[in-house]
Amino acid sequence: MYRFKITKRQETSIWHSCLIFFGALAISLSFGSIILALQGKPPIGGLTYLFKGAFGDLWALEDCLIKGLPIFLCSIGVAIAFRLQVWNIGAEGQFAMGSIGATWLALVFPDQPQYLLLPGMMGASMLAGALWGLIPALLKIRMRTNEIIVTLMMNYLAIYILDYLVYGPWKDPTSFGFPMTAQFSPGAILPMIGNTRLSLGLWLCIFFGIAYWVFFRFTRLGFELKASGENMKAAKYARIPYNTLVILVMVMGGALAGTAGFVESSANLNRLQPSIMAGYGYTAIVVAWIARLNPLFIALASFLLAGLRVGVEHLQLDLQVPAAFGDIMEGLILLTVLASAFFEKYRIGLRKPA
Amino acid sequence: MKKIVMLFAIAAVIGFSTFSWAGKDLKVGFVYVSPIGDAGWSYAHNQGRLAVEGMDGVTTSFAESVSEGPDSERVIMNMARRGYDIIFATSFGYMDPMLKVAGKFPKTVFMHCSGYKQAKNMGNYFGRMYQARYLSGMVAGAMSKTNKIGYVAAFPIPEVIRGINAFTLGAQAVNPKVEVRVVWTKTWYDPATEKEAAKSLLDVGADVIAQHQDSPGPQEAAQERGVYSVGYNSDMSGFAPKAHLTAPIWNWGPYYVDVVKQVRQGTWKSEAAWPGLADGIVNLAPFGPMVPKKLQERVLAKKAEIAQGKAKVFEGPIKDQQGKERIAAGNVATDKELLGMTWFVDGVIGTTQ
Repeated sequence: MYRFKITKRQETSIWHSCLIFFGALAISLSFGSIILALQGKPPIGGLTYLFKGAFGDLWALEDCLIKGLPIFLCSIGVAIAFRLQVWNIGAEGQFAMGSIGATWLALVFPDQPQYLLLPGMMGASMLAGALWGLIPALLKIRMRTNEIIVTLMMNYLAIYILDYLVYGPWKDPTSFGFPMTAQFSPGAILPMIGNTRLSLGLWLCIFFGIAYWVFFRFTRLGFELKASGENMKAAKYARIPYNTLVILVMVMGGALAGTAGFVESSANLNRLQPSIMAGYGYTAIVVAWIARLNPLFIALASFLLAGLRVGVEHLQLDLQVPAAFGDIMEGLILLTVLASAFFEKYRIGLRKPA
Repeated sequence: MKKIVMLFAIAAVIGFSTFSWAGKDLKVGFVYVSPIGDAGWSYAHNQGRLAVEGMDGVTTSFAESVSEGPDSERVIMNMARRGYDIIFATSFGYMDPMLKVAGKFPKTVFMHCSGYKQAKNMGNYFGRMYQARYLSGMVAGAMSKTNKIGYVAAFPIPEVIRGINAFTLGAQAVNPKVEVRVVWTKTWYDPATEKEAAKSLLDVGADVIAQHQDSPGPQEAAQERGVYSVGYNSDMSGFAPKAHLTAPIWNWGPYYVDVVKQVRQGTWKSEAAWPGLADGIVNLAPFGPMVPKKLQERVLAKKAEIAQGKAKVFEGPIKDQQGKERIAAGNVATDKELLGMTWFVDGVIGTTQ
């Protein structure tokens, strides 16, 4: 009988990785088309509609970028912590706290000029997000709590705080009792780039993306982070201050997710309301893993997953496919891409019976 | 990297070459906040869409599970871009996004459900569901033996509070001793949470469960415990045949068909429409077999009175929970008071926070 033989690959080339990635994508897409066929929809036509809806027009690309921005910011936030093998599931809550921080400043100082108010709001959102990240970090190093549980629980806590504020003290008196703050003053709204619907948040993304790359590529701290992530014991032996690094990654991740909350509330909603919580913090985790924590790939994956969401909306209009199709596709893509990582590191061959 | 660039290039070519629509038919789009399979709010609107779909020279489509906020702005905008002539947005949170889009597409007719903002090409509409709630309250009040009715409710906003008040007034009209206990779930659609909330009400002795939720979860909870229930949105008797007494239900079809006709004839004008029982936009689902004939007749008589305008639901004297008189004897609440209602009538156990 023949047996499978699994051997570790000596080296991996970028082209090989690319091939595997697109192979995985193709497998998830074909699963998607099978689901479409089971529903009695044209499978290939359906995927074409999906693609066309997401990327087939200039304004569709614009929509994908707008939706991709907060995902990208949250995603590089969690990716920093993942590099250290600290499992920060809390981007959702840090995002919520960031939007609260920004809104607080916008509501307290509505008449300040834009050049003061916007940087202030951004600072407040980063601070609030960073604080929300700092708490699980301190608990982890002082009390040895599990950061997965703590960050996850703190997501709910942050959402409850947000709900309390928009249902209570911050509720717009003219909103007929609906939970939302008053609309921000013009000075608190991020300007758009030229004639597009894209806000200046895009430049923030590019800036933070490059900063992330520079940090891990060229700084000593970034190197220590990567090294500690790969082997904590060796890092401790080399006297790398592991605890400080845990605090650092959680604070930076929180600040980035907080910034996403600022961009979303200021540029896209122009106010705070419960529907700001669209699950970007969780999508960000999917994105970070699909992209293998590489900032350029994170940008690409954020854009593609946003495109999937936008495309499914068009697919609904064209073929009346259930909205849940988008969730299923996202899950499938994550599964296949993560599973394919195995084939990147190992080679499978057949072994003759002895 | 090259491959990716190629992929985008191919995508762009496919996209630009095939994006064209033949536009003779009137195209009508619907935006829903939950899945149409919810048996509730969006299901009822989708039934209305199907009525429009049945008209000659009209095609319809929809997007479901569209969250309020930036996502809804994009969905509404894409419908407008793709040449939809009329767009119905069926959740409160779509109001500001729709207003934004309406400013950019002056030739498209925008219709927003349950809000209060208007533009030249954007009207709003809702139904006087509280009238049907009052009738369902009468049924619940008469059928309760413990004099405790449980009410699973979504969010403390005026629409829901108004419904609870009307329901309670109806129940009190047939059973002065009855009290209505309210639990907030803070969700419109979450079958498991709604069911749990219903169970918590059953645990404190409620023997009729009513709901302002979009899933039949509370109905199932009532059936499992062998008590009665009042549904919402659509006839939910299929989910709990032994429990389901009746339900205040939506019937959007005739209204939607009427709006589409007006647009086609060029007579449509932006307005704030709030039709009720008289126009058939809200109604009462068929009674379950356990509801006595006498009670059925009494409720139907009241229904006729309300529909004819002879009886009003919010007619004074009405006191709030603290005993303060909110509507004086002989007075009827104005529409403005109803739209901004944030207090509970006497007899409701719960807070509006």
